[in-house]
Amino acid sequence: MNRYLIGRIGQALLVLWGAYTITYFILYLLPGDTLAIMLSASGMEADGLSPEDLAKARAYYGLDKGIFEQYFDLLWRAVHGDLGQSLSLNRPVTALLAERLPQTLALAGFAIVLSLLGGIGLAYLTAYLQWQPLKVALSRLPSLGFSVPVFWMGLLLIQVFAFGLGWFPATGSQGFASLVLPAVTLAIPSAAVYAQVLQRGFQSVWQEPYIATAFAKGLSRAQVQARHGLRNAALPILTLVGLQVGNTVSGAVLVETIFSRNGVGRLAQEAVLRQDIPVVLAIVAVSAAAFVLVNLIVDLLYPYLDPRIAHATKVT
Amino acid sequence: MTADTHPLRAAAPPATWKRRTRLQRLSQTLAPLLARPGFSLALLVVLFALLAALAPHWLTSFDPYATSPADKLRAPGAVHWFGTDELGRDLYTRVVYGASLSVQAALLAVGIALAGGLSLGVLAGFAGGRLDAALMRLVDVLLALPGLLLALAIVTAIGFGTVPVAIAVGVGIIPGFARTTRGEVLRVKTLPYVEAARLGGASWRRTLLRHVLPNAWGPVAVLATLDFGAAILATAGLSFLGFGAAPPAAEWGTLIANGRHFLITAPWVSLLPGLFVVAVVFSLNHLARTFEEHPR
Repeated sequence: MNRYLIGRIGQALLVLWGAYTITYFILYLLPGDTLAIMLSASGMEADGLSPEDLAKARAYYGLDKGIFEQYFDLLWRAVHGDLGQSLSLNRPVTALLAERLPQTLALAGFAIVLSLLGGIGLAYLTAYLQWQPLKVALSRLPSLGFSVPVFWMGLLLIQVFAFGLGWFPATGSQGFASLVLPAVTLAIPSAAVYAQVLQRGFQSVWQEPYIATAFAKGLSRAQVQARHGLRNAALPILTLVGLQVGNTVSGAVLVETIFSRNGVGRLAQEAVLRQDIPVVLAIVAVSAAAFVLVNLIVDLLYPYLDPRIAHATKVT
Repeated sequence: MTADTHPLRAAAPPATWKRRTRLQRLSQTLAPLLARPGFSLALLVVLFALLAALAPHWLTSFDPYATSPADKLRAPGAVHWFGTDELGRDLYTRVVYGASLSVQAALLAVGIALAGGLSLGVLAGFAGGRLDAALMRLVDVLLALPGLLLALAIVTAIGFGTVPVAIAVGVGIIPGFARTTRGEVLRVKTLPYVEAARLGGASWRRTLLRHVLPNAWGPVAVLATLDFGAAILATAGLSFLGFGAAPPAAEWGTLIANGRHFLITAPWVSLLPGLFVVAVVFSLNHLARTFEEHPR
């Protein structure tokens, strides 16, 4: 078990390093003139500067060194917790992130809980109902759920619940009431994915011999579904929660922009708009770290929730 | 499939039996599907969007850029089906013309993803060994980067506009294609007819092109249909954030973003274009699901 743990952590670190490296090469090598982008991000025109000033600026941004020297320099500092300096805001990126991260974590955490409740609830209801027309209608609902653009759903919810009914504030990041609409918006696509997978899970579990056994020993339909159906059908959901972290982070960028919340997602949108390269690199790295961390936790939880897996790892 | 071929054989004597043409096979597969109202409706919506992308002027008589301040923010009605925006431009016309930018961007994105994903997947599945392991680790790393954020990084590097956004979205969906293709190639590679082709003296390249790829194609095509919808959503998301086409040209995402400012007084300005996007993407998902349930 200990070796398994170390192996998985090593693998996670390797993926994280790969993600940082790919993003670095996209951001620093893909543009024709990185210096011009960096200068315009800090509010200067590259054309208006003398060659000496340009050379000075190049040295200031660390662009005068070789590609690999620059890369190892950045990586070394990132490992030590220094993610560089924002070009447009003139502040350390770590400070910016520390300021914005709590907002996004609250939003994402609440959205994940809501999406699990909604997705599992919908699939459970679909499997339990026996009236065919409603069952079919409910089983189509998830595929509608991930056809809807996140940002459009947000606008629709604002229109109905903020302007129409006046239940929640339309924008802002103060208090719990302002968290409800963004979290619901963010939860819908993930909930649709969970519901779809769980519906298929129920369909196949319902054919299993142990379900027939459960009915044969005299349990009611509700008891069979709760005790024998759900627990077996719900296992794949755990893996999905890990994989959906990426979608949640992506959705957060859109949701925070619509609802004007001061989170990391909005910071990402602003940073891209100003082409603030260090901030973009840091945000991509942090979200990749979140993805890797959650998936690592899911992997480590699996043997506890499904004992069959633990036996398998002992054998190999 | 055998049930389908019998009436044909009965119609013509066995001596003159011919292989069914592509068109015949296609119509025989499609006929039972078209009888379902849901499938036909979805197909119609997708065809309408494609037509709008190719020849928008056939579908509307208005000019997408002609402003008329007297008609600004009119509610949907008989003349202006989707209403008008803040400059009096007909919204239905702008949605139809927006389709050419948005659908073309999505097509470009899926094209890039197909080219990149197919070649990576075929290479990994066919070569095996260390190359396979290395390529799959690369795919794992790309999958760990949230799609929209990877796209944002690429857009930061190569600039704003419809084409950069399409490229960014396309690169983001390469890993999924690579995985699916590799899995299919690995499955098909071990089948007896591939072995037979090799024993018959066919080169690896011929085996790949004539035997493996045509049979590995099905799930990849389903994924391409699904990802076409996903690419429409992703490009719309990026243009909503302000990284797409510059005004007055309008993509679907830009149209929705533009309507945000009039949400209280004129909600249709962003809600109706959005509804159109939902219809198109939902139809694409429905088509993909039908193809998945009825392979060939």
